[in-house]
Amino acid sequence: MNFSWLMPETVSTFGPAIDSLYYVILWITGIVFFATEITLVYFLVKYRHKEGRKAEYIVGNHKAEVIWTITPFVIVVGLALYSKGLWDEIRDPSLIPADAYTIDVIAKQFEWNATYPGPDGQLGTGDDFVARNALHIPVDQPIRVNLQAEDVIHSFFLPEFRVKQDAVPGMNTPVWFEATRTGEFTLACAELCGLGHYRMKGSITVHSQAEFDAWLAGQQANGEDDQ
Amino acid sequence: MSTTTVAEPHAGHEEHHDLGFVRTYLFSTDHKMIARQFLFVSLFFLLVGGILAGMVRWQLGFPGQPMPFGNLLPDTMAPGGIILPEFYNSLVTMHATFMVFFALMPMLAGVFGNLLIPLQIGADDMAFPKLNMLSFWITPVAGAIMLASFFVEGGAAGAGWTSYAPLSTSGEWTGVYMGQILWLVSLIIVGFSSITGAVNYVSTVINMRAPGMTWFRIPLATWSLFITAWLLLLAVPILTGGLILLLFDQTIGTAFFRTAGSGEPLLWQHIFWFFGHPEVYILILPAMGMVSEVIACRSRKPIFGYHAMVLALAAIAFLGWIVWGHHMFQSGMNPMLGMTFMATTMVIAVPSAIKTFNWLGTLWKGDIHFDTPLLHGVSFVSLFIIGGLSGIFMAVAPVDIYFHDTYFIVAHLHYVLVGGSLFGLFCGITFWYPKMFGRMMHEGLGKIHWVLSFIFYNLTFFPMHNLGVQGMMRRIYDPNQYEFLQALQPMNTFISINMFIFASVQAIFVFNFLWSLKKGKEAGNNPWKSNTLEWTVPSPPPHGNFPQMPIVYRGPYEYSHPDAEEDYWPQDMPPVSDTGGQSVGAPTPETVPPESVLGD
Repeated sequence: MNFSWLMPETVSTFGPAIDSLYYVILWITGIVFFATEITLVYFLVKYRHKEGRKAEYIVGNHKAEVIWTITPFVIVVGLALYSKGLWDEIRDPSLIPADAYTIDVIAKQFEWNATYPGPDGQLGTGDDFVARNALHIPVDQPIRVNLQAEDVIHSFFLPEFRVKQDAVPGMNTPVWFEATRTGEFTLACAELCGLGHYRMKGSITVHSQAEFDAWLAGQQANGEDDQ
Repeated sequence: MSTTTVAEPHAGHEEHHDLGFVRTYLFSTDHKMIARQFLFVSLFFLLVGGILAGMVRWQLGFPGQPMPFGNLLPDTMAPGGIILPEFYNSLVTMHATFMVFFALMPMLAGVFGNLLIPLQIGADDMAFPKLNMLSFWITPVAGAIMLASFFVEGGAAGAGWTSYAPLSTSGEWTGVYMGQILWLVSLIIVGFSSITGAVNYVSTVINMRAPGMTWFRIPLATWSLFITAWLLLLAVPILTGGLILLLFDQTIGTAFFRTAGSGEPLLWQHIFWFFGHPEVYILILPAMGMVSEVIACRSRKPIFGYHAMVLALAAIAFLGWIVWGHHMFQSGMNPMLGMTFMATTMVIAVPSAIKTFNWLGTLWKGDIHFDTPLLHGVSFVSLFIIGGLSGIFMAVAPVDIYFHDTYFIVAHLHYVLVGGSLFGLFCGITFWYPKMFGRMMHEGLGKIHWVLSFIFYNLTFFPMHNLGVQGMMRRIYDPNQYEFLQALQPMNTFISINMFIFASVQAIFVFNFLWSLKKGKEAGNNPWKSNTLEWTVPSPPPHGNFPQMPIVYRGPYEYSHPDAEEDYWPQDMPPVSDTGGQSVGAPTPETVPPESVLGD
């Protein structure tokens, strides 16, 4: 059994930044957790009822209230401001790298359909081809996924990439990420989408650029065979 | 002191007096009877919600294996005792629905709002007793509809308790047609219970306080219920409105939330969470109020920072309205809103911290009596700390990207709603049981129930944080579909076994509850030596509560006051100086004659 609080491996460029923000919060909350729980237990033991001892009549302390109002305020607002940069880097549409390789992903019950630009490099043209439940991307290259849904809301979850974004019918939501190593990773649906939700899974394979080009060429050849 | 311990033989004040069985036990307008009715009904729905949770945990702990007694279920749910995926979706949906709307809300607001508000402010009943009766009777009707939905074709609703559109808008996506409609109808109906109850609570607190019961002499339990009533009054109609629109989408072909016809799926989420986040505080504020009462009383010390405690309740209730977007960081909502909702959400940590530190401050230098209510009360504090801190992970939007819709959020919400609300309820029930039923619960059984509950509660829910860190999604029928989750099966089995023990331990509570009704030690008026007005009248209080209008001389937490003879000083006990007895020194705000609050 794994009672670890350590984050599993991450393979995207901003994964380590998310993880270190997680560890910052884990440290802050961990310290507060131990401090308050130990104080609680200490008070319970120390001030347990004993014959002959009376409780002290104390109605409060203005200074203490001010301290424990301002301190948490500074910590949490600081944390929020500190997090803003990373959030913008990941989610601000104007900061998505312009040179990103673009894929359309359309979710429907219970599959992921990824549309790739064909040889012309343009989506929405006749030479596009579709890969079902299996994304393929090149390593060290920003990827932009235009996320859509056909029927109900799904959620595009790449745990190793620290990517999660709902796919909402009627919307086209951009997601971007960049893989830092090759390998095969998980694509999961993270939003309840019906009775087959639990098996709406796919994979994302990260190739070296050369391998990816070969895969693309193979797919395009298949596509031509089909026509 | 003289007026409070002796029940006056006023005709019409005696319980059962010339009221038949039906008006006494069924269609009662007495707030205490309505509280007891709410208690029995909501404990029943707590059992229902618990059984549904048990089935969810069976599937996760022992996926695909026949469930014990599972062959009693029809083949549409669990053929051969093996839970079907569509039934699993109904289980998670209905578990949350029953727990939130039919167990916790009626127990917190229904039971304790009814029991405590009139008694603690010195009123003879609610402002609108008949409306109060209606508020109760709506609940079992709505609950029956919700239960019936399991047995219609297609089964019960399976789109999650959040019922995100468009999944919830049509049976074509879920296979659930009538079940989803009954879910909507039931929740629309039960909303009126909350609204009518809230109207009553607000009116009663504003208009019916006894002379001398100024705003800042109101006990924190009543303060929390008063603030909760405002949240109910303002939030529940929003949900009801949304549910009606969703029902239209389901039945008459409108497209508020469906994309066919240019509806807007995210609009549902905005409506739901604009209700849903205040709802979270509806479920925790009354528990906070009750725990404050018990910790002060059992520590024999004034609550630390009474005014700060009241202001923190109000601040949480206010901030609760401007944070709903943190449920939607990953929804596709404009990402530029992320920072706004992240900041407001984080600020809620401040009043939560104030409350926690003030509870610790109350225990500090106290004279702590380890009765069952106190044990549940400090458990509430210790578990609320965990639930509060784990919330920060999801409040930070970039970290929420990973944790959203994983078991981390399941752990978090159960630390708040079970560790918080349920332990707060155990605290409240064990503390006010003597007032409700006239007898004490068995202390030994109470302590055994507490220690086993606390241990197995934590063994059940704490490891869910670790599942979340590993990335396990919530609402997944069979995690083993995913290779990266297969390694978590032993933990899921471990959690399930602990959940079964946690659930079984509740039998001790039920036994103690029922046994003590007849066999418990007689409680007397004030078994806990508490200050607040409900403890000045017999247990259970007679119809009309107070033999004559109580007069309030001081705040509710004058424990171990140097000028008082004992370590408590009831709110209605006249100051010694009035009787020409020993001097009590310069008049303090507590000893000056009460200003009248009537006729304001």
